[in-house]
Amino acid sequence: MPMVQDIAMEVRSKNAGPFWVTLEIFCKDDEAYQIIKNSPNVTKEKVAETYMVNPEQIKCFYCDSIYVAKFSFPRPKPSGHKYENDMHTGQQYIRLAELEV
Amino acid sequence: MNTCKILMPIGSMGAGFNPETFAAGMALGPDVIAVDAGSTDSGPGYLANGMCKYTRAMLKSDLSIAVLAAKKAGIPFFVGSCGTCGTDNMVDLCAELVEEIYKENGLTGKIAKIYSQQTADIIKKKWDEGKIRALDGAPGVCRETFDECTNIVALLGAEPFIKAWQNGADVVLGGRATDTANIAAMAVYKGCNTAAAWHGAKTVECGAQCTDTSEDKGVFLTVDEEGFTVTPLGEKTRCTPYTISAHLLYETSDPTRLTEPSGSFLTKDAVYTQLPDGRSVRVIGSTFEPAAKYTMKLEGAGIVGYQNISLVGITNRKVLADPETWIKNISAYVDKFIRKVGIDPGDYSFNFKAYGYNAVIEGPVPVGTPPPREIGMLLTVTAKTQELATQIAKIFNPYLLHFPADLNEDLPSFAFPFSPVDIPRGATCEFKLLHVVECDDPFELVRFEYVEIE
Repeated sequence: MPMVQDIAMEVRSKNAGPFWVTLEIFCKDDEAYQIIKNSPNVTKEKVAETYMVNPEQIKCFYCDSIYVAKFSFPRPKPSGHKYENDMHTGQQYIRLAELEV
Repeated sequence: MNTCKILMPIGSMGAGFNPETFAAGMALGPDVIAVDAGSTDSGPGYLANGMCKYTRAMLKSDLSIAVLAAKKAGIPFFVGSCGTCGTDNMVDLCAELVEEIYKENGLTGKIAKIYSQQTADIIKKKWDEGKIRALDGAPGVCRETFDECTNIVALLGAEPFIKAWQNGADVVLGGRATDTANIAAMAVYKGCNTAAAWHGAKTVECGAQCTDTSEDKGVFLTVDEEGFTVTPLGEKTRCTPYTISAHLLYETSDPTRLTEPSGSFLTKDAVYTQLPDGRSVRVIGSTFEPAAKYTMKLEGAGIVGYQNISLVGITNRKVLADPETWIKNISAYVDKFIRKVGIDPGDYSFNFKAYGYNAVIEGPVPVGTPPPREIGMLLTVTAKTQELATQIAKIFNPYLLHFPADLNEDLPSFAFPFSPVDIPRGATCEFKLLHVVECDDPFELVRFEYVEIE
């Protein structure tokens, strides 16, 4: 089974303020984008399960004109909490990138 | 047609302008140089301690380029969120640097300082009046939370920048502001399309990140009554509808609706077009919804303890085969000694991170992951005082060096990179607010001071 990272051009994650994280899947064309968008395994529910957050807190955006799927949700702990493991959440994309499509 | 031309020299003032692209931007005849210096991305330490990410010399270097160019061109220079966190002392620091630059160059002029730091008392009064509202994803807050913040700032909108400039300031130094406020301010004032002013400002607030290279540092924004145009500054650099629209996704939880103090701009219907020069992009169609009440976003951070860190390298195969068990065992073993010397369990905590294993992505590693070749084991101790954190780190020290995977074996010696081993790290801080405060007008929570240099 191919993973998200095999289909997408880029997968990235970043903080959106101190309390939110946002993840994006960039595709190079509509063909790749439709695979991601229609995958039963790349959904709000699956992202919630992968990142251990409540699915109701996930905002999901599909930007059809630039072939991007985007997921945003509150960080389990705010940026810089005493045992922070990724201040900018910039390395948290990997779990999304490795989801099987 | 009302038009406003804005030079945005870098995404973060102090990181180092690119002098060539800055000069290219000045050649395009801007009405204002606007730069954002603020960020919460690097965590709560800057706001809680009233600190800048960059040194005084780094700030002065960027300020010099912009202050001198603005003076020569006879245009204003707006800075938002002085010194990363935008506390009052950071506005003062930037003002001191600008004053030095003026004097060193024999110039005269007027500097405006806009303060947006708030006392806990002011915010508690707003709380009592029911004028503080949590945003989506905010932590739980009670009245006492405001006292736990070392520093609280309210994010400035565009209006204070204009007021300071109308009062004759050449250089306007804002305390914490929205990333966009200083950039959008002049365009809004000049009667350009409000949605385009904010959407354009949001697009360029990270400088050249909205182009196909970040080398240029800066970018040029033109706003008019219908829309906005972004033009890159490097000769070979291009903006495309893709780079411009994709940048709106960066660090935004909702790229379709972005809220500023005076209202929200909606980008759903925006249309992005490549201009005939092949490198500029025109954007029209975003809309603006004025707010029923003017609101300023609040940021607050406070000290929650003091830390000591120790790092040790491990290649021992038995430890690497199951780092979690080693962490569990050393933690339980040493914790007994900590309690034995009478330290109250409520006064400290500690945490291990196995770098090379699961420090960055927490939790169990996927089944079948091979053991790493080595790991960097980071011990962080947090306690009520620095002295206590350091004491606990020192209790750990011999075990960090020798604790075996199997207690019946000879003691291994792991790899310390430093002497002394443990490093007192100072205060550890937390963000405590994700709220907005309702204001009677854009100036209610804002204070102005002016410095005349003659």
